[in-house]
Amino acid sequence: MMGLEGQRSGPGGVAVTALAVAILVFLIAPVVIIVIVSFSGADYLTFPPPYLSLRWYQRFLGTPSWRQAIGVSTQVALLTMVFATTLGLLAALALVRGRFRAKGAIYAVLLSPMIVPTIITAIGLYFFFVRLKATGSILAMALGHTVLALPVVVIIMAAALQGFDMRLEQAALSLGASRLTALRRITLPLILPGLLSAALFAFLTSFDELLIPLFLSGVEVQTLTVRIWNSLILEVDPTIAAVSSFLIGVTTVVLGASAFLRGRGETTTT
Amino acid sequence: MVAVRDVSLTIAPGSFFTLLGPSGSGKTTTLMMVAGFAYPTRGEVFVDGKPMAALPPQKRDLGMVFQSYAVFPHLTVFDNVAFPLQIRKTSRLEILHRVGAALELVRLTGYEQRLPRQLSGGEQQRVALARALVFRPRVLLMDEPLGALDKKLRTHMQLELKHIQQHLHVTVIYVTHDQEEALTMSDCVAVMQGGGIEQVGPPAELYDRPASRFVADFLGESNFLDAVAVSANGEGRWRCRAAGGLEFYGVGAVPIEAGQPITAAVRPEKLVQAEDAGAAALGPGANTCKGLVEEAIYVGDATRYRVGLGADGTVTIKVPNRVGARPPATGAAVVLAWSPEDTRLFPRVAA
Amino acid sequence: MRSMEGRETRRHLLLLLPALLVLALLFAYPLLGIVNRSVYKAGYTLQFYRQIFRIPVYLQVLAATFKVSAVVTIVCLVLGYPLAYVLATRRPRTAQLLMIIVVLPFFTSIIVRTYAWMVLLGRNGIVNQYLMALGFTDKPLPLLYNQAGVVIGMSYVLLPYMVLTVYSVMRGIDPGLVRAAHSLGASRMQAFGRVFLPLSLPGIAGGTLLVFILSLGFFITPALMGGPGDMMIAMLIEREVEITLNWSFASALAVVLLALTLIGFAGYNRIVRLERIFEGRG
Repeated sequence: MMGLEGQRSGPGGVAVTALAVAILVFLIAPVVIIVIVSFSGADYLTFPPPYLSLRWYQRFLGTPSWRQAIGVSTQVALLTMVFATTLGLLAALALVRGRFRAKGAIYAVLLSPMIVPTIITAIGLYFFFVRLKATGSILAMALGHTVLALPVVVIIMAAALQGFDMRLEQAALSLGASRLTALRRITLPLILPGLLSAALFAFLTSFDELLIPLFLSGVEVQTLTVRIWNSLILEVDPTIAAVSSFLIGVTTVVLGASAFLRGRGETTTT
Repeated sequence: MVAVRDVSLTIAPGSFFTLLGPSGSGKTTTLMMVAGFAYPTRGEVFVDGKPMAALPPQKRDLGMVFQSYAVFPHLTVFDNVAFPLQIRKTSRLEILHRVGAALELVRLTGYEQRLPRQLSGGEQQRVALARALVFRPRVLLMDEPLGALDKKLRTHMQLELKHIQQHLHVTVIYVTHDQEEALTMSDCVAVMQGGGIEQVGPPAELYDRPASRFVADFLGESNFLDAVAVSANGEGRWRCRAAGGLEFYGVGAVPIEAGQPITAAVRPEKLVQAEDAGAAALGPGANTCKGLVEEAIYVGDATRYRVGLGADGTVTIKVPNRVGARPPATGAAVVLAWSPEDTRLFPRVAA
Repeated sequence: MRSMEGRETRRHLLLLLPALLVLALLFAYPLLGIVNRSVYKAGYTLQFYRQIFRIPVYLQVLAATFKVSAVVTIVCLVLGYPLAYVLATRRPRTAQLLMIIVVLPFFTSIIVRTYAWMVLLGRNGIVNQYLMALGFTDKPLPLLYNQAGVVIGMSYVLLPYMVLTVYSVMRGIDPGLVRAAHSLGASRMQAFGRVFLPLSLPGIAGGTLLVFILSLGFFITPALMGGPGDMMIAMLIEREVEITLNWSFASALAVVLLALTLIGFAGYNRIVRLERIFEGRG
C-alpha cells in the first residue's frame, strides 16, 4: 500500500502511528540498553551509565572460562555451518530440480525440526548421546545444531535455486560441460550470495542456541550461551551484559552481511 | 498427455531445417529430444548415423541457442564464447584465435570484455550464437532464437543467420512459430500441429502445394471456399460447385471422391481482375467468378480488397499499388480470374 | 530413453540421502526413543501418562502453561497488529528499513533478550529505578520472578513472529478495495472495520496460533524470569531429566507437549491454506 493511501485508509492516523512507534521502541530498546549498559563503569547496571568503561569487556575477555566458551561456541558453529550448508544445498538441489511425487512430504520432513519444540529435540539428543557417552563433545553439539539449522538452510537455498535460471545450466551442458563442471562454473557462482547467506544463518542458529548445548555440555566444554545461563542462575553479573553485547554484535554482523549479499545477488543475475 | 507423436524426420547435412508450428505443436519438444533434454518414450535419435540414446546432452556435441539466450551473466563475452573450448581443454592460443574468429563472424569484435548486462538483446543473442558455433558442432539447434527481438532486427538477423549457416556448412534445426521466418530462411520445413507433422518439404512446395487445410491456413494467407467435388478431370483435377452455384476447377491435395464436400484454398495474390494483363496469361482454362467489392484495406505496398461472391462466399484479393494500376472501387462489380493449378482442394473439416 | 529419466530421479534422490540420514539418526530416532521411553518401564505401561493427568501438581503445570501462553498471545496480538498495520501501509522501502527493528531482536539469542529484561525488571533494575525516580511508586515493583515478568519476557521474544505473520498477510491486501469502500461513502473507521480487518483475519489467525504454539514449548524465558509457582511444561521436562532423573516421566510430558504442538500446527496449516482462498477472492 502506498504511503499516501495510508493516511486515508485507516482509523486513528496519528494515534496509531504513535502507538506503532512506541512498539518499535519497545522492540529495540532492550537490545540497545544492554549494549549501552555493557559499557557502564559502575558496579550496578544503571541506565544511563554514570561513566563509560570497558571493565566488563575486560572481565569477559580476561576470564579463561569465558574465553574458552567463545572458542567452544565458535567451533560448534563453524562445524554446524559446514554440515548444515552442505546437506542443505544437496537437499535443496534435489527438491528444486527433481521430479518425483514425494517432494511435498520430503520437504515437510526436512522442515520438521522447526515445528518440534526445541526442548524435546534437546532431550532426545541427550538420551541419544548419553548412551554413546558422547556428552561434552563439540562434535555432538554440532550435530545437534545441524538438525536445527538444516531447515533454515534448505529454505534459503531452495529460494536461491528457484531464482536461478535452469536454462543457463542447460546451455552449459549443450556446450559440453559435465554436470559437475556446470554446477561448479555456472550454478555455484550465481547462487553464491544465497549460499553464503544460508551458511551465515546456520552459523548464527548454532551460535545463539542454548537448549541443545544445555543438555549436551560437559563441565569443561560449555558454549557461550550455556555459560550465560549458568551465571544467571547464580547472580546477575554485569559481565553478562558485555557477553550479551558480543552476541548482539555477532547477530548484527551476520544480518548485515546477509543483506549485503542479497544486494550483490540481485546485480549479478540478469 | 502426448506432446509428440509419430514424428519421423530425416534432415540432410548442411541444410537449414525448420520445425514450424503454433505453440503446443510439439516442435520445441522434438528439438529437446535431439538435444537430449527430453527423452523419447519410443523411438530413437541418430546424428551422423550414431544413436544418441545413451548420450547425455553434454556428450552429444551439438550447438544450441535458446530463446532466452542463456548467456552466462557472470562471465564476460570472451569467457562466454571461450567456455566450450575450455571444457574441451583447447590451448590458450587456439582459444584466443577461435573466439576472435567467432566474434568476427557475428560482428561483435571489440566486445570481448563486456558483461552481458551491458549488451542489448540482439547483441546477447549474437554472443549465444558465437558460443554455440565456436566449437564447430556438426549440428546447430535453435529454439525460437529471434522471438524476443523487434521486427526490424529480427529480419536483419534472419538473413545473417542464413549467411552464417551457408558459410559454415553447418546443419541447422530451427524452431519457430513465425511462418515468414520459416519461408525466408529454410531449405526444408516441417509444419507441425498437435504433436504431429502435417507436411515436410521445401518452402515453395509447402506454399504452392499445401497438403492440408492447416498448412494452407498457417503458411501465408488463403481464401477458403466451401464446395462439392462434382466430377473428376484426370490427374487429380476436379470440377467443383460452390454453395451459390459457382463452378471452378481445382487440384486435390489428397485423393477425393465424387460428391465429397471439399474446401478450396486460393492465395489472394493468385486472384486477378479479369481485365488485367496478367489474366490473359492464365489461359482459356482459368477459373472466373463475379463479385462485388465490399472493403478496401490499404497496407502500404498493396491494397487488399474484400470481395463478396454472393452465396458462394467471400474472398480477399491483393492488388499491388503500382503506377498504372486500375484499382477497383468499393461497391464496384468485378470479375476475378485464377488458375486451377492454384486451387487446392481439401476434404472439408467440420467447423 | 526412460533410463535417462530414471537415472536423473535416482541422482536427485541420492542428493537427498545425506540430509535425510542425518535427520533420521539425530532427529527421528531420538523422538521415537522419547515416545518409547514414555511407555516403557519394565514392560509397557501408561503409568506416566496417568501421572500427568491424575496428579494435581502436574495438571496445574499444564494449566499454567496454557494460561501464560494465552495471555502472551493476546499481548502479542494487541501490540503486533497495530505495528504490522502501520508497517504495511508504508511504502515498501520505508517498511523494509523499519522492519530491521523487528528483525534484529528476532535473530538475537533468546537468552540475551531474556537477560535484557531481567536487567530492566529487577528490583534494582532500570525500570524500577525510573519509576521510583519519577515518583510513580515508593517501593520497587515486583516485575521479575513472577508471572508478570514471564509474560513481559515471552511477549517480547514472540512479538516479531506475530508482526511478521500479520504483516505478510496485510501486504497482500489490495489497497484498491479500501479506496473503493471510501468511494462508496465509508468513513475511515467503517472502511477499516468492514473491509481491511476481515481481510486481515487469516493473518490474525495464523499469527495467534503460531505464537500460542510456540509459547507452549517455551523454556528459557519462564525458567529465568518466573517465580516458584510459574512452572511451565518445558521447565518441568528439564527438571525431570536433569534433576529428578525421571526420564520416563519426562518423556511422557514431552509426548504430551509434542501432541499439543502438532495439533496446533495442523490447525495452522488449515488456516494458511484458507488464506490462499482469501487472496484469490481479494
